[in-house]
Amino acid sequence: MSHEYVPEIATDRDGNQHEVQGWQDDFYGGKLGFWLFMFTEVMMFGAMFLTLAYYNSLHPQDFLEASASLNRWLGGFNTVILLVSALTMGLGLLKMRAGDVKGAKLMIWATILLAIVFLGVKAIEWTAEYNHGVFLGLPAMQGGHEGSMPFGKILFFGMYFTMTGLHGFHIIIGIGLMIWLLKRINSGKVSPEHHILHWNIALYWDIVHLIWVFVFPYYYMIGAGITVAGGHGGH
Amino acid sequence: MSKTYFDETHCAIGHPKSKFMQWMLTVDHKRIGIMYAAVMFTFFFVAVFTAFAMRLELFAPGAQYMDGDTFNQAFTLHGVIMIFLFVIPGIPAIFGNIVMPLMIGAKDVSFPRLNWFTFWLYIVGCGIALTSIFLGEGVADTGWTFYAPYSLNTGTNVIMALVAAFVLGMASILTGLNFLVTIHRLRAPGMTFFKMPLFVWGIYATAWIQLLATPVVGITLILAILEKYFGIGIFDPSKGGDPVLFQHLFWIYSHPAVYLMILPAFGIMSEIIPTFSRKEIFGYRTIALSSASIAGIGYLVWGHHLYTSGMSDTAKSVFSFLTFFVAIPTGVKFYDWVATMYQGKIVLSTPMIWALGTMITFAIGGMTGITITMIGLDIHLQDTYYSVAHFHYAILGGVVFLMFAGMHYWFPLITGRMYDEGKAKIAFYLNFVGFNLLWFPMFIAGYYGMPRRYFDYLPEFQIYHQVSFVGAVIFISGLIYMFFVFYKGWTKGEKATPNPWNATTLEWHLPTSPPPLENHTKVPYVDFNPYEYHHGEPVVKFDYKTMQRID
Repeated sequence: MSHEYVPEIATDRDGNQHEVQGWQDDFYGGKLGFWLFMFTEVMMFGAMFLTLAYYNSLHPQDFLEASASLNRWLGGFNTVILLVSALTMGLGLLKMRAGDVKGAKLMIWATILLAIVFLGVKAIEWTAEYNHGVFLGLPAMQGGHEGSMPFGKILFFGMYFTMTGLHGFHIIIGIGLMIWLLKRINSGKVSPEHHILHWNIALYWDIVHLIWVFVFPYYYMIGAGITVAGGHGGH
Repeated sequence: MSKTYFDETHCAIGHPKSKFMQWMLTVDHKRIGIMYAAVMFTFFFVAVFTAFAMRLELFAPGAQYMDGDTFNQAFTLHGVIMIFLFVIPGIPAIFGNIVMPLMIGAKDVSFPRLNWFTFWLYIVGCGIALTSIFLGEGVADTGWTFYAPYSLNTGTNVIMALVAAFVLGMASILTGLNFLVTIHRLRAPGMTFFKMPLFVWGIYATAWIQLLATPVVGITLILAILEKYFGIGIFDPSKGGDPVLFQHLFWIYSHPAVYLMILPAFGIMSEIIPTFSRKEIFGYRTIALSSASIAGIGYLVWGHHLYTSGMSDTAKSVFSFLTFFVAIPTGVKFYDWVATMYQGKIVLSTPMIWALGTMITFAIGGMTGITITMIGLDIHLQDTYYSVAHFHYAILGGVVFLMFAGMHYWFPLITGRMYDEGKAKIAFYLNFVGFNLLWFPMFIAGYYGMPRRYFDYLPEFQIYHQVSFVGAVIFISGLIYMFFVFYKGWTKGEKATPNPWNATTLEWHLPTSPPPLENHTKVPYVDFNPYEYHHGEPVVKFDYKTMQRID
């Protein structure tokens, strides 16, 4: 909200004046708040990584084999896409701070485009896995019968779909946030002088790509050293 | 002046004309706090009467009018409402909102519109929890802890309860985040961290727990939901999952959550004791830092809930050892409060007798907690009435009693009127006697082996249940009478002055009572400690027009 906010002055007993920080126009407060919110994301995914590591320690061989069957090329491609999108996001923020609103908008559009590519590749991956009979709810992932996978693999893929799914959900939220940001820029509510929203969404996107930077090696790379017959990984 | 503020920011959306919509859309921290109080105490009484229904059922051995399944649902409803809807959000959402910004000389919290959104998120969570009672097979029957694998198999509305708990957790996170930023950014000039009132310290430590622990239970609940819908396997033994992992993840949050409940309550105690002893608090820094260290150590002790769930002996010993450590900062606080009263001019007003009563009940709750910290004893007492009595002494006799103390303390500030002191004291004694009569017999029954969560029992336990029942009747009458006294006070009470208790902290230095929209007329410069008394009189005095010191 754009309004004329004049900070109050408090006077101490010696007559010295001290500017009072109000909740209005508190750039650092806005930043601090969003950093704290990002802590909660770290705790959430941290708990899931903890779960993953615990089951990994119980079923090391199953985890390696399950990981080897993932498609490292698609996963790697997505990692690059996300890293580049973090770059475009950052460049957009730099342009906004330098006063180049048009350039900033262009960079946000580029980020949105890359995010959509990421989701597309993700969809291809999940479809391939579904066609191989590996998906939540499919018989291979139910325990206790002949066709079911060993426990370690069920747990690996269970966590894989949960975590990449939640991560994908964050990407979708991020796209929504960026479209909202573009709207705010167009209506002049986000400008080089008031760009806290842009700053925080850039921070959000950083966390989203950072989480992927941990998800990728833990799921795709731990089994890179072994080859498995019948896996659906492309080589 | 207040008109521009009203026009610009008083409501989250637009400028509604009707009084009702002004309240519904308000971003004013005091109004939001009052709305939280109204909703929470409504739910509180729902849960109280659920508990009373269980007491009625337990009056005699055998089934009276409730079968076992209904009883399971009753204690789950009682637990879910009390824990997730009332005690966890309680003091921060009510007094953190109303009083904390006043105490640090701020005009509002850092994100007033987020605060409004959080309130409605809380209402959505409550709505989901309530709806689950009336749909399908009714409210969950798992107990408020939703332990896997039973919660994954039961046909009752566990998923809705989980979603409700998740949404309420989100609200809790956002409240904590808002308060953290407020305390960091909006303190009046000159107010360093060690010049903050101790209630603000309590809220600060609490906010960190809300922020860092709640996401863990949030994701655990989501994993349980996914488990139930899609069968991801991680809590399901038939797919190699480990149900005990659920307990670990659950208690990683839920044990810090009990400190999240008690820390702001200790903050209220630390406000009341110096005010009614007319004396500077003893060991200000140790109380402030013990809040922080309780919050820290509280993260490391969750395993003591799992002594009988299957854990290595090494882990048990470590958790037992660490749990003893929590008692140290708590003990520091207790001795500080007692030392504050020593040679003070003690005024036995209603808030003070609530605080003193709590010292007794919480001491019993805390000490019995130490006994079940010991692994051997806990094997005997786990899931008996002993632990039920313990956590009711700690949570009801600690957190909720101190919340009542705070309600009596800040009542004139919030309403601008005074309740009848004599009647309020009668209400206290009814509550105090009823409370002890209700829960103390359970220690004995539990020690002799009365298991918790059973709707039936052996005849030899009958006497304990019947004494408890009498206590429950007295206690509930006391509660109703207390709220009646509040109601009378609010509608017909005498007008209160801005500082009826001769207190020193900033929330008592407002121009009017109840406080105007923008709080203090001007933000004061804080160059004094929060509790400065000299010969029983407050040292710091303000001209409420200019907020300049005139002492």
